[in-house]
Amino acid sequence: MLGYIVKRLISLAISLFVASMVIFGVVEVAPGDPASFMLGINAQPDTVAALRSELGLDQSKLDRYLSWVSGMLTGDFGTSYTYRTPVAQMIADRMWVSLPLALYALTLSTLIAFPAGIFAAARRGGPGDLAVTGATQLGVAVPNFWFAMMLVLIFAIQLRWFSAGGFPGWDGGFWAGMKALTLPAIALALPQAAILTRVMRSSLLDILGEDFMRTARAKGLSSRQALWRHGLRNALIPVLTIVGLQFAFLLAGAIIIEQVFFLPGLGRLIFQAITQRDLIVVESVVMLLVFAVIMVNFLVDLTYAAVDPRLRTRV
Amino acid sequence: MSRNLILGGVLTGIFVVAALLSFIWTPDSVEAMNIANRLKPPSADNLLGTDHFGRDILSMLMVGARTSIAVALVAVGIGMGLGVPLGLAAAARRGGMLDEVIMRMNDLIFAFPSLVIAILITAVFGPSATNAIIAIGIFNIPVFARITRGAALSLWKREFIMAARVAGKTRSRISVEHILPNVANLLIVQGTIQFSLGILAEAGLSYVGLGAQPPIPSWGRMLADAQTMVSLAPLVALIPGLTIVAMVLGLNLLGDGLRDALDPRLKVVRA
Repeated sequence: MLGYIVKRLISLAISLFVASMVIFGVVEVAPGDPASFMLGINAQPDTVAALRSELGLDQSKLDRYLSWVSGMLTGDFGTSYTYRTPVAQMIADRMWVSLPLALYALTLSTLIAFPAGIFAAARRGGPGDLAVTGATQLGVAVPNFWFAMMLVLIFAIQLRWFSAGGFPGWDGGFWAGMKALTLPAIALALPQAAILTRVMRSSLLDILGEDFMRTARAKGLSSRQALWRHGLRNALIPVLTIVGLQFAFLLAGAIIIEQVFFLPGLGRLIFQAITQRDLIVVESVVMLLVFAVIMVNFLVDLTYAAVDPRLRTRV
Repeated sequence: MSRNLILGGVLTGIFVVAALLSFIWTPDSVEAMNIANRLKPPSADNLLGTDHFGRDILSMLMVGARTSIAVALVAVGIGMGLGVPLGLAAAARRGGMLDEVIMRMNDLIFAFPSLVIAILITAVFGPSATNAIIAIGIFNIPVFARITRGAALSLWKREFIMAARVAGKTRSRISVEHILPNVANLLIVQGTIQFSLGILAEAGLSYVGLGAQPPIPSWGRMLADAQTMVSLAPLVALIPGLTIVAMVLGLNLLGDGLRDALDPRLKVVRA
């Protein structure tokens, strides 16, 4: 197990290194100079030069890359060009919207998908199964931002149960915050729930064909008992991987949904930074999201290997 | 033919025909604005009503289909064009340096949140349909590389490949002449699925303003424009959304149907 962890740690480090190079590289080749962009077309050349040196733009690319990476390793994400505030602080503020939103959506997606997948697998080929698989077909075809708009139309504009957007902050109380995140979380969760339902269903169907399931039935368990006692536990392994992947996806996927609901999360931060050419913010937020995705995958792999020793040989 | 195949084929066909037709004819101009006629409900003149500039929604959707299909199709082309040779090469020398490098690169691209990187690319290089294609296409490469490699690996163990090797054919020649034709079905099915994901991705990017730029109509931007008026004219938001759903659903059904039709073995497993 130790050898496996070391191997995975090395590949984790390589992934993060390459990711940081790619992100830095993409942003580096961005056309236009941030300093002259920020100061506008009428800026004096010496003002631009002063700002360039203040922002560190006159240093070599390598120096800037190194200071960016070493800064991030110590929790210093640099200072925003436009807001003059530490990027780490901006990210921390926005995190309190994006992270709960992703967790909320993940919970909803799991709560929908598990029962739906089990229901469909237990009634394989029957009308209930057909209804569930049909619904998942539809679920994966719906763009979540459009679904979000429809939710706003029905629940905010027509029924007035929720507000159409915005976020009151957690200071206004836990429930007020949760209420503001409910429609966005549903919109985010729906397509994910459809995917997860399919995985749950097909994973269970695979397990149902296994010998030990036949044995369970042979020793006198009803098909429902066999499903709950033996099938479910074994079917969960692939499902949990997808849940892990989905969390990362939800965190990143929230970007567009945050636009629909005007939520002050990481997604809106990225878009603001992009329009203001605040490259250090763009770089850092993207790197943070990539880091989160890679870390979640890593942890899922590790949990997996701890549960199932056979997987340790596969690196 | 299965029901999926027919339904998916018909749905997809309608959109392809509409997109092609839009090159020579649309019910109305998509650029001429007629403010007096804005946000009109469906009528004989405008079958699906008009938008906030008084443009005919049906015409916008037809031209938008062109944008969506073009972006998604080229993105699939990029993914296949680069991914398939990479997958074939990796499988031809299993466990070799090339295989290792290709698969690690693949893992890396998979680990990236695709949407974030697509947004980064389009933001840095400027929003346009071309950059949307590149951003979506890059993420198709590992998908095709992986699926090609997986299928090719099992083929390399088969007798007819052994025979070809004994006959003195080189690995690259075997890959092209024997492996590729045998993985083609799989690639077609995966291509349909990536196509539908591409349609969704294009819609998302153009919704946030990073796809095709005005005045070129796109489904995503129609939705973005409709958002502010959703309470005044719900249909303007409803129709483009349903269009996207129908197109993606059609492609997914087509993919499922093709898989069943092209590979009878899979059908048994799924049933």
